[in-house]
Amino acid sequence: MKNTIAIAWREIKTYFTSPMAYIIIAVYSGLASYYFVTSISGVLPEATIRGFLMPSTLIFALLSPLITMRLLAEEQKLGTLELLMTAPLKEYEIIIGKFLASLVTLISTLLPTLYLVFLLILFGSPDIGPIITGYIGLILFGMATLAVGLFASSLSPNQIVGASLAMGILIILSVINLASNYVGGIFITVVDQVSIINHFEDFSRGVIDTHDVVYYLIFTAFLLFLAIRSLESRRWR
Amino acid sequence: MAESNQDITIEVDNLTKYYGDFPAIENISFNVMKGEILGFLGPNAAGKTTTMRILTGFMPPTSGSARIAGFDIVSDSLAARQQIGYLPESVPLYLDMTVEDYLDFMGKIRGMDSKRRRSRIDDVISICRLGEYKSSIIGKLSKGFRQRVGISQAILHEPQVLILDEPTIGIDPIQVVETRNLIKSLGGDHTVVLSSHILPEVSAVCERVIIIHEGQVVAVDRPDNLASRLRGTESIEIDIRGPVSDIMTALRNIPGVSEVTRSTEKEDIASYNVQSNGAEDLREIISGLIAQKGWGLLRLQPINMSLEEIFLSLTTTEAEKQ
Repeated sequence: MKNTIAIAWREIKTYFTSPMAYIIIAVYSGLASYYFVTSISGVLPEATIRGFLMPSTLIFALLSPLITMRLLAEEQKLGTLELLMTAPLKEYEIIIGKFLASLVTLISTLLPTLYLVFLLILFGSPDIGPIITGYIGLILFGMATLAVGLFASSLSPNQIVGASLAMGILIILSVINLASNYVGGIFITVVDQVSIINHFEDFSRGVIDTHDVVYYLIFTAFLLFLAIRSLESRRWR
Repeated sequence: MAESNQDITIEVDNLTKYYGDFPAIENISFNVMKGEILGFLGPNAAGKTTTMRILTGFMPPTSGSARIAGFDIVSDSLAARQQIGYLPESVPLYLDMTVEDYLDFMGKIRGMDSKRRRSRIDDVISICRLGEYKSSIIGKLSKGFRQRVGISQAILHEPQVLILDEPTIGIDPIQVVETRNLIKSLGGDHTVVLSSHILPEVSAVCERVIIIHEGQVVAVDRPDNLASRLRGTESIEIDIRGPVSDIMTALRNIPGVSEVTRSTEKEDIASYNVQSNGAEDLREIISGLIAQKGWGLLRLQPINMSLEEIFLSLTTTEAEKQ
């Protein structure tokens, strides 16, 4: 546990002493505000944050890989992975530490959007329930995207390769439910269940379905497991 | 080799590592005593780094075993790694951290508590003379200082075993001398294994040398013993006053002499290099011969082979076998 925290803390410091975290926070806040303003500018606007919740999934599919791309790629490129792997650390401590650091960064990109919630409360009477579940859903969705990004980062010392691979995987997993129109039988269910977006919709409506929570947690755990295995396999190459 | 001596800190037994079909090292065995400084000598790609990476737990051997302070490097990897301070060849460092932050992080992941970290960081900063630079960003330090940061991280947790892969590569000559002295001063408290392809370095720093070539140990000995073991081709340098061609012929006719070469010549004095098979000491025979012929013997000196020659001779013989 101490080791995990040591790894996480070093990464968090790196994020926030370099421009990276601030750029990502700025980009996300800008896009979220834009979608939010568009959503409440209609004739009969709803006092909800759904306007930026749904687009956030796609934004995270692109931003998460940028957050995670350096986590393991840079260690490989600098050779510092050799120091970590020869220190008395277990692989899972390294992976979970890095994952927690990226999660902290992701959650901090969400913080500025609380200002939009504040505006809603000030000028309307929003239903707080869906807002809270929306944020919970977004964090769970974010965890899944970060896990994909971390796994991709373990595969190559090149950050761009890792980021592109993660974006590719996440975009495919986001749009795969569109394929349900073209397949039949059991495949409709499979495609719908695999899609990382389908599981998000309930959260934005104010519903916490354990089935969705479990999906994101298992998805995240599975990819972190793959990342741990990928790290372990470097020893055997 | 396998006696259970308490003074043995590193026990390496038939270590073999294949990369695919390519054997990087084959059946390497050696022991290192407590407090000893062992040199690992070999040309590039001889298997030095591979051996060190196996000892540090970075990768497992294909077969064979090794124990660090009694802990098996595969089955007891975490405990073994706890005993090791390691400086990889490329001196990997987090370039965006300050020296102090970096050392603090390295201390944390080795399980040092904050009090011990604080006192040890001060210690290693003064041992490696990094005082002025402790708040500098590592990326802005020169190669020599980065090397010192690398060494200070290796000794931070007072490990029993220090493994240094090419610790003086790429730094300037003054820093090389400083680094060697630093390493020498670390022996005794630590068991040190260092690799190098620079021969004078190994003979200057190490108490024992392992010469490794194409993944195999070709010789293990003290630097001075290696020289006498290789006396198989002994050579003697002689300065003689007298007729050159007569002297050459006479020297060549001495039984046991394999080769005679003539180097410098000044008026009627020439320097000769006589190589023999080393079966017997030829010095008396040669001096007797010269006196008998009435030439002038000005100098007669047996030449000890330098490690460089030993290394070349060992590795070329090895190459010829294949």
